[in-house]
Amino acid sequence: MAALRTSTSRLLASTRPHAFRSAIAARNYATVEPVSAAAEAMSASQPPVSPKKTSTIHEQGQSPEARTKTFHIYRWSPDTPSQKPKMQSYTLDLNKTGPMMLDALIRIKNEVDPTLTFRRSCREGICGSCAMNIDGVNTLACLCRIPSDTSHESRIYPLPHTYVVKDLVPDLTQFYKQYKSIKPYLQRETKSEDGLEIRQSPADRKKLDGLYECILCACCSTSCPSYWWNSEEYLGPAVLMQSYRWLADSRDEHKAERKAMLDNSMSLYRCHTILNCSRTCPKGLNPGKAIAEIKKTMAFT
Amino acid sequence: MRLSGLQRNVLSLYRQSLREIRKKPIDVQSNFRGYARSEFAKNVTLDKKDFAAIEYLLRKGQRQLEIYSGPGIKSIVR
Repeated sequence: MAALRTSTSRLLASTRPHAFRSAIAARNYATVEPVSAAAEAMSASQPPVSPKKTSTIHEQGQSPEARTKTFHIYRWSPDTPSQKPKMQSYTLDLNKTGPMMLDALIRIKNEVDPTLTFRRSCREGICGSCAMNIDGVNTLACLCRIPSDTSHESRIYPLPHTYVVKDLVPDLTQFYKQYKSIKPYLQRETKSEDGLEIRQSPADRKKLDGLYECILCACCSTSCPSYWWNSEEYLGPAVLMQSYRWLADSRDEHKAERKAMLDNSMSLYRCHTILNCSRTCPKGLNPGKAIAEIKKTMAFT
Repeated sequence: MRLSGLQRNVLSLYRQSLREIRKKPIDVQSNFRGYARSEFAKNVTLDKKDFAAIEYLLRKGQRQLEIYSGPGIKSIVR
């Protein structure tokens, strides 16, 4: 169950007063102050129009005991490319909304503004569709609780340093291409002795725990500064962890080729152990450790 | 006139699409050419300083070119 770690520790930090929060975040998180980092990560040359300059869309039929919370959401439409991206504000009554950010987004789409676009599927953290940048942290909207503090306004951006298809939908073509390039499947010429399944000892199977659970949501790769600057050549934490998943597999017979493919200055060694990947992973996995293991196997063979 | 990098990119995309069109069967080349021209013509009014929009349209154009240059695309009808 460690894989389904809740994000309470992060959210505790984010409900504290603002000045205090940034001090904590600066110590724990290897970037600058999270919210401004997210805005900067979008595009240094073109920050979105600030929520102060855009209208706020309110929910209909407010009850007197409503716990109204404001959400600032990044909006950009490809149909009008000359219009700048903007932060649109929405208010919702938390009493009528489910506990997670995704519930809030779905509610906005259903009841307030049907033009809001985002990916979602399983709503339980197993598909990785709803990866986005919430309050400066890359996470899955379906695993991220809405902070109950209504005075704190939530900001939702698409994954940083990705091309945006629309609103909160990032273009992950490059990410999937890189995943394809590591050949994420069993490569083997010899058959097993009895012609049945290729068996594995429990100890060998155990090596894959913490690797196979990755759902390729791209939260870790897009939180990595090294990947921001070298996404063309550096594979990024998610893809490298999958690469290690096949290097660690006792049944795979093409380990030498897999290692040879990583043996250049860009693919693997652009990892400078910043460890934003391990910090942000919504499934509680540790891509940083997997990358370190690859480096170790490369060094000792 | 000296062209900016972005302007050169747009022109190179246009030339690339013209080259790809020449690989199509001769009788349908005019269809493809008309389509490519109309796609570019849609945005001729764009402000030349609107870099973000132009960069987005360039990426979109490259994606379209990749799709339409496939051997499976025999003709294009509007």
